[in-house]
Amino acid sequence: MSFIDKQARSLLLAEIVTGLATTFRYMFKTKATINYPYEKGPLSPRFRGEHVLRRYPNGEERCIACKLCEAACPALAITIEAEPREDGSRRTTRYDIDMTKCIYCGFCQEACPVDAIVEGPNFEFATETREELFYDKEKLLANGDRWEQEIAQNLVAEAPYR
Amino acid sequence: MAEFWDIYLLPALIIIGQILLIVVPLLVAVAYLTLYERKVMAVMQLRKGPNVVGPFGLLQPLADGAKLFFKETVVPTGANKVLFLLAPMVTFILSLIAWAVIPFDEGWVLADINVGGLYLFAISSLGVYGIIVAGWASNSRYPFLGALRSAAQMVSYEVSIGFVIVTVLLCAGTLNLSGIVESQKGDLGLLNWWFVPLFPMFIIFFISILAETNRHPFDLPEAEAELVAGYQTEYSSMAFALFFLGEYANMILMSGICTVLFLGGWLPPADWAIFTWIPGIIWFGVKIAILLFVFIWVRATLPRYRYDQLMRLGWKVFLPFSLLWVVVTAGFLVYFDMVPA
Repeated sequence: MSFIDKQARSLLLAEIVTGLATTFRYMFKTKATINYPYEKGPLSPRFRGEHVLRRYPNGEERCIACKLCEAACPALAITIEAEPREDGSRRTTRYDIDMTKCIYCGFCQEACPVDAIVEGPNFEFATETREELFYDKEKLLANGDRWEQEIAQNLVAEAPYR
Repeated sequence: MAEFWDIYLLPALIIIGQILLIVVPLLVAVAYLTLYERKVMAVMQLRKGPNVVGPFGLLQPLADGAKLFFKETVVPTGANKVLFLLAPMVTFILSLIAWAVIPFDEGWVLADINVGGLYLFAISSLGVYGIIVAGWASNSRYPFLGALRSAAQMVSYEVSIGFVIVTVLLCAGTLNLSGIVESQKGDLGLLNWWFVPLFPMFIIFFISILAETNRHPFDLPEAEAELVAGYQTEYSSMAFALFFLGEYANMILMSGICTVLFLGGWLPPADWAIFTWIPGIIWFGVKIAILLFVFIWVRATLPRYRYDQLMRLGWKVFLPFSLLWVVVTAGFLVYFDMVPA
């Protein structure tokens, strides 16, 4: 009996018709994709995107040139040079991140004692030339000013787990 | 002079006009078939499909065409230049000239010849030349293998298509395509079409035209997992575009043939007033669109056949089955004295 059953099924294309019915049903399901440049998916507060250098609310830059991030960086993407400022505080004269080397591991933000270097939520920083990806201090501070609000929120959300 | 004008020039101009009336909408249809395919596939795979170029992505085919047009035509050093460039043209032209005998509506046919069925059969058999010449002229491994497969596949399925057409011809009693459509006219509307009495043949015909047009699940000639892009591997720019257009025009053509043979061509599905108000060409177009939807639907559903499975299906299943059905149909017609005059 099972032989007849099997032959009848293959003659009537039973499996294929079932498959076609499945794909037809899928036509009416909600789409899994979003309209990317216009709609965006949710991001975790832990998301590690483009780096920023943050400032204190009074405008003073947070980085104290301890170079822990430079030491922690496994890709050797960070280069820091530092000397005392006129008022005697230690500040960087040069803070470069080679974004083409960076592996976005987040060790720099973990190492930072003052939450100065943070990986923000921005992942749309593609450029047309390679050179534009060699970020200097100016660029990183500008990023910090641009993303401060989001980053501050994310740090608050993550605070209980740090 | 006036005589020359009346006898030769005017008819020639009229024919050229008619040809343009067929070919231009056909090419537009081919362009939008690519969008149709991408949209339907996307919807079935829970995606959105092209929606950025123009409203609902309606300008996408034009963008694709412009891109292909401005690319460089690369001719490989080892290729036979003449044949290499001839092959896509052959494929493209063959997919267009078959439209000469397809009736779009009552009397709307370029060449109302009495051997329309044979003509179609001859043209679709020639289609394999474009592909095998492309594979050979490319002088490269993958195209060559793709072309061999394609040739074998098209020849195999041509046979069962032939038998299917024979069954329809036996029932219709004519080789004239308009006549075949007329033979499906009746009081029952859509139940009078040949796909009802010849349902198994309809299925075999549809599966065979999938193979004949190298569509999924029988797209072995261009099986990208094994053969890069099959016979198209070495082609670029407009030469590639011609292959592409030819392939899609063939899909529409085969759907058109299927419509004429089995789905009553331009006939409305019932003789009710609302249906008969709609012009026949719209019904013809709707039926083709439905068949093309099934083409795409099958592509979105089934995985690719293995080559030996493909050959087995063609020679060991379809051929005996369709041959048997020809005999059964012929016997039935003779025994019950239903042979059409």
